[in-house]
Amino acid sequence: MKTEKQITKTPTSKKEITIAIAGNPNAGKTTLFNVLTGLRQKIANYPGVTVERKEGIWKLEGESLQLIDLPGLYSLDVTSLDEQIACDVLTGKVPNLPQPDAVIAVVDATNLERNLYLVTQILEFRIPVVVALTMMDSAEKQSLQIDAKKMSELLQVPVIPVIASQKQGIQELSSAVMKAAKTETLPHIPWLADSEYILEDDEIHLSLSDDAAANKKIFARYNFISEVYQESVKQLNTVERNVSEKIDGFLTHKFFGLIILVGILLLVFQTIFSWASLPMDLLENAFGALGDFVRTTLPEGMLNDLIVDGIIAGVGGVLVFLPQILLLFLFLSILEDTGYMARAAFLLDKLMSRFGLHGKAFLPLLSSFACAIPGIMATRTIENPKDRLATIMIAPFMSCSARLPVYSLMIATFFAGQSFFGFISVGAVLMLAMYAFGVLTAIIAAFIMKRTILKSPPPPFVMELPPYRLPNLRTVFQNMLTRAGLFLKRAGTVILAISIILWAITYFPRTANTEVLMANDANGNPPSVEEIQKANEDFRQSEQIKNSYAGRIGHVIEPVIQPLGFDWKIGVALIASFAAREVLVSTLSIIYNVGKDENEESETLISAIKDAKKEDGTPVWTPLTALTLMVFFVLAMQCMSTVAVVRRETNSWAWTLFMVGYMTILAYIAAFLTYQGGKFLGFG
Amino acid sequence: MNLAKLSIGKEAKVIKINGNSAITRRLMEMGVIPGVSIKVIKTAPFGDPIEVRVRGYSLAMRRNEAETIEVSE
Ligand SMILES: Nc1nc2c(ncn2[C@@H]2O[C@H](COP(=O)(O)OP(=O)(O)OP(=O)(O)O)[C@@H](O)[C@H]2O)c(=O)[nH]1
Repeated sequence: MKTEKQITKTPTSKKEITIAIAGNPNAGKTTLFNVLTGLRQKIANYPGVTVERKEGIWKLEGESLQLIDLPGLYSLDVTSLDEQIACDVLTGKVPNLPQPDAVIAVVDATNLERNLYLVTQILEFRIPVVVALTMMDSAEKQSLQIDAKKMSELLQVPVIPVIASQKQGIQELSSAVMKAAKTETLPHIPWLADSEYILEDDEIHLSLSDDAAANKKIFARYNFISEVYQESVKQLNTVERNVSEKIDGFLTHKFFGLIILVGILLLVFQTIFSWASLPMDLLENAFGALGDFVRTTLPEGMLNDLIVDGIIAGVGGVLVFLPQILLLFLFLSILEDTGYMARAAFLLDKLMSRFGLHGKAFLPLLSSFACAIPGIMATRTIENPKDRLATIMIAPFMSCSARLPVYSLMIATFFAGQSFFGFISVGAVLMLAMYAFGVLTAIIAAFIMKRTILKSPPPPFVMELPPYRLPNLRTVFQNMLTRAGLFLKRAGTVILAISIILWAITYFPRTANTEVLMANDANGNPPSVEEIQKANEDFRQSEQIKNSYAGRIGHVIEPVIQPLGFDWKIGVALIASFAAREVLVSTLSIIYNVGKDENEESETLISAIKDAKKEDGTPVWTPLTALTLMVFFVLAMQCMSTVAVVRRETNSWAWTLFMVGYMTILAYIAAFLTYQGGKFLGFG
Repeated sequence: MNLAKLSIGKEAKVIKINGNSAITRRLMEMGVIPGVSIKVIKTAPFGDPIEVRVRGYSLAMRRNEAETIEVSE
């Protein structure tokens, strides 16, 4: 690419330089990318596919270069989506993305041969390459002596040793890249030109693979690489078993390995629940205070109600989960960057494959116990699209933290203080049973889907077990920040819109007699009438709900949910909880006239639920109704944010709707069987 | 003999890779090609997958995949 030899400045007027970063997974790409771009980066999706694209601005010699982070790759033969995308980028086929002027090939110095394979392939695209030889510190520790100059001569590209985590070698790398981007000489690829590296046809009986020409190339590249390796790398004094292997002996031990794995899981789980609760309470209080403030500052009226009950309550209700999501991503990044994640997949692959799941599905499913959203985002590590889909489709069956308030309310209302045999709490057993029920359903659903709609040969499991490394704090935190940003963006768009819609259908049409009541209230009643005032207000709210669109929908769907033992009021709460599960609690409070500030432990809500009567005077709720509702909540897809994320991650409305549909139908059937079966057996 | 039968701690040379699937290709790209030496490090707790060492790094694969790799000690 010819660019004028201007002396810096006026970078806008001329063509922007584009640089791609490529490398094997775990080679240190992300760390280097972060060092080069700092916070000037953004995540976008490649058009039409779900693979993320990370782009950043690299300020260099007064110019801003566009830096593209390619997915982690082992090769450029198009057998996976990531490889396809990388090829498209390198050949300039991606819309709105110019062909890179040069490529930084990130090469892990401790794993040279395999890393160099990708370099040879990039060079075959005839794009200038600069090799960034990362992990030089680790190489030194392993007594590897690497002659970068010699390597550069043999490869005929610049080879720059760097330690990205310590920002060493960045200066040298920068100038080499700048030079490469402006060069016009094409790279040499001796391994395909020189017969020395190429096998004779009759020597290619070594593999049954039918594509002899492709195999020939693989051999030629590795032959060339072996030569480069032998001439530029020396192993000084043979190292004793390195630290990584010693750690590994423990962590993947037949017995201890599994115990440690369970221990780590419990720790992560426990921390997400306990550490997150403080910031979550703070956030909840903050949103409450904000709501109160706005309610009292803004003039009364629809706008006030919209902002307080619709926007602040709705968006706030979702944002309180931010601490949990951040903590989860903190753990995920640490587990990933240390190299432990690959070991967890290694330990559990056999077990998971019985259900048709990939070993790598384990972590996303675990995360989903906190929240399905990060769980579903974490499925990206599963390469096979069908395996990934299967995992996404079952992830929401894991009982997430938003279901807890619902379970708690039901248990507190109907099963508090009861026990089996005098010492096993019924509540605890029920709670555990709900979690187990979700897991069991997920396993069965995966099993069935992998044999029908998502049928594919058993997923190949060929996975690198990267050396254990200390995670780079900067990378970990930057990853958390990026995730938080994506989550906030969603809260600001999809969730905001849904909150407003939900508010509107409970707010409109306005009930006429509320005006009368409010007018009376406004006439300066003495404080002694406060109770009446509250009763009036509660009555007004309940009338409002009943006559609102939501209330009407509740009445319309009543025949459908009657076989589950639910009346129209529960129906309204169910509809509202399709936005987010925990909304059930606040909606029930509104419907049962107990004011909105009730939580799942509130006495008044509990007694209101117990006292609720049907028109014939029989109670609406029985323990069986409560159990039925819990069963419904285990299985039903009631979370708009999850729906939005599934849409984004699968890039398909069909799959998204399928998921909402099959989960909700399953939930209905299970709830139906629970209620009718229970009634048949004489409960309720 | 195939790689799945190689005992733990033993080193061998790859002679041939049987199969023409994408995974055969992947194995070759990751450096498992005839002539290279390969060593079995351990098996996972449930007997599958196995971990091997090749070209200085660790690779995990299922026994199914290992069976396609012919080796000689
Ligand atoms: N010792 C050392 N460690 C490094 C260096 N660069 C990165 N690391 C560590 O190596 C691990 C992997 O680095 P990443 O930057 O996440 O690697 P990546 O290539 O982006 O990996 P993927 O995201 O899986 O593609 C992390 O734990 C880093 O902290 C380095 O120069 N020296």
